Amino acid sequence: MFLFDQEENREKIEEFIAFMDKNREMDGALLPVLQEAQNKFGYIPEEIVELISSHMQILTSTIYGVATFYSQFSFVPRGKYSISVCMGTACYVKGATDILEEFSKVLGIGLGETTPDRKFSIVETRCVGLCSDAPVVMINNQVYTHFKRADVDHILSILG
Amino acid sequence: MAQTLAEIKEMAWWELVKRLNETPDEYNIGHDSISLKGDYYQLQERIALRNIGIINPDSIEEYIATDGYFALQKALLMKPEEVVKVVKDSGLRGRGGAGFSAGRKWESAAKQQVEQKYVICNADEGDPGAYMDRSILEGDPHSVLEGMAICGYAIGANKGYIYVRAEYPKAVSSLINAIDQAQKLGVLGDNILDSGFDFHIELRLGAGAFVCGESTALMESIEGKRGMPRNKEFRTTERGLWGKPTVINNVETLANVAPIINKGADWFSAIGTPLSAGTKVFALVGKVNHPGLVEVPMGMSIYDIVYKIGGGIPDGKKAKAVQTGGPSGGCIPSKMWDTKVDFESLEEVGSIMGSGGMVVMDEKDCMVDIAKFFLEFSVDESCGKCTPCRIGNKRLLELLEKFTEGEADYTDINKLKNLSNVICTTSLCGLGQSSPNPVLSTLNYFYDEYKEHAEDKHCRSGVCKQLLRYEVNERCVGCTRCLQHCPVDCITGAIRERHYIDSEKCIRCGECFNNCPVDAITVY
Repeated sequence: MFLFDQEENREKIEEFIAFMDKNREMDGALLPVLQEAQNKFGYIPEEIVELISSHMQILTSTIYGVATFYSQFSFVPRGKYSISVCMGTACYVKGATDILEEFSKVLGIGLGETTPDRKFSIVETRCVGLCSDAPVVMINNQVYTHFKRADVDHILSILG
Repeated sequence: MAQTLAEIKEMAWWELVKRLNETPDEYNIGHDSISLKGDYYQLQERIALRNIGIINPDSIEEYIATDGYFALQKALLMKPEEVVKVVKDSGLRGRGGAGFSAGRKWESAAKQQVEQKYVICNADEGDPGAYMDRSILEGDPHSVLEGMAICGYAIGANKGYIYVRAEYPKAVSSLINAIDQAQKLGVLGDNILDSGFDFHIELRLGAGAFVCGESTALMESIEGKRGMPRNKEFRTTERGLWGKPTVINNVETLANVAPIINKGADWFSAIGTPLSAGTKVFALVGKVNHPGLVEVPMGMSIYDIVYKIGGGIPDGKKAKAVQTGGPSGGCIPSKMWDTKVDFESLEEVGSIMGSGGMVVMDEKDCMVDIAKFFLEFSVDESCGKCTPCRIGNKRLLELLEKFTEGEADYTDINKLKNLSNVICTTSLCGLGQSSPNPVLSTLNYFYDEYKEHAEDKHCRSGVCKQLLRYEVNERCVGCTRCLQHCPVDCITGAIRERHYIDSEKCIRCGECFNNCPVDAITVY
């Protein structure tokens, strides 16, 4: 469903290769390299796994083994707006489930999915550490505190 | 160093006082100490949080103004074994969960005759509902760096790692800045304060795996592997990161180190209880009027924390329980709130200190549902290495789901208990060994609620949707709107006549309730 355009990402790929070269000597470099890929491309495309493998001399199976272990890494692209509803304890007792349900209902996608127009994704989030302002929703790096179910429509209409 | 610490302090202190004096309502400024004003802070004793909200975290000078890096300077003039002794005598115990003596850890690592050793700061704060580490890293990053450097000197390590959650971007940038400043000033890096001691700190970001807060899993993760706990053949102080002796301490523990060196072991051990010295930071959140971070001497009662500092329960609701220790902890019912918060007392009542999350719950919270919430978390975060945790927790969750969906019977309560005990006794690491705690403690204290779910198919808090019953009451005007919205056609009735809901067919979706114009649907 989602294609990785190597041509369009040429510049980013070159920067990414430079990052790998710089950190080749670092002990335990795979995790920082994967984090760089996730930040740069928004997800970890298959092509990039191949690239890491040949460049760092690590088996693709090892890379997938590590990458799938951590929830930070995604193998499908995230939408322009990445919506995360905090599911920490404080947010949970203050109604985070209802908020998540509402986003899911309105956007028609489940947790960990992206809308076909790549505009919105709903991502899983554990406690973001703002428990005294629960419930909390994060959209990209913008934090919304004391969020209510009724705010969902409003916020989505602002984002378009 | 061009200037001595004392010279920097002299200058920076007056600058700090000048800045704080612009808003005098917020601070008590003494001739050599500053604290935050207000009742909320009056009952607290702030050691780990001593600088939070007072100094500017981006300024190393302001940290020095409040005696920052003086402990490091003092430690470097002592023998390493003397430093270990002070920390050991202070009675400081790990603030990350298990409560192991920090001094004994240091002592064990210091004894190893190996050239390369490591200090790790565990900043992978994962317990949902706890955020004291984030607050310290963002508000006072140097206190952690100083604690690490002192530890490095004491055990003979010159390399440290901070493993911090990627979900805390502000903490990460504040640490990067702090490390940079400390190196420039010569309190970190090569030949610290002309003592000949080198100590370098590197940041490593977590990637979203709760189990990486477990010390051996964290080391695996730094090594670039899947973060799965190791078999406990060796102590990490003997063979830890890359097989070298490693001391791993939590953020709050490290933030306590500098004051202990400055003021001495006796000062620290006099605070708190005999077995649990010092203070503990709690993240008081949930159904409480003044949520926030509170730092109190160990041994204060839960009641005092929730009511005297937290201001009680909002909206006139009745308190039900407080949950401590996150997914590894338990729920303590309000009738037992005279329990003191220290390592031993909490364990006695079936919970744990954990990292200090304290989530207050009121009558609207269903305890079976809360147990299910934590189990879901543990199932999600189980690394899958050992069978009891991987499969046992999954089965335990399925059992709990039977309760919340009204399909459990009386025998399931015993099954819950048995399975929990098996998981506790046979799992490999702390995550599995403690994951059934939320179930066991709620079973113990809220047995009636489990019984109601199983026998009466009733949830007294109205949380478990599958157990709700919808009925049309006498306010019904017969508009048929509910009837049109019902997805399973379980509502019957003619226009202008009272409708009827067939509860056998009802799927409890709540559409009738949401669409009724006259509040004629009762839910109970």
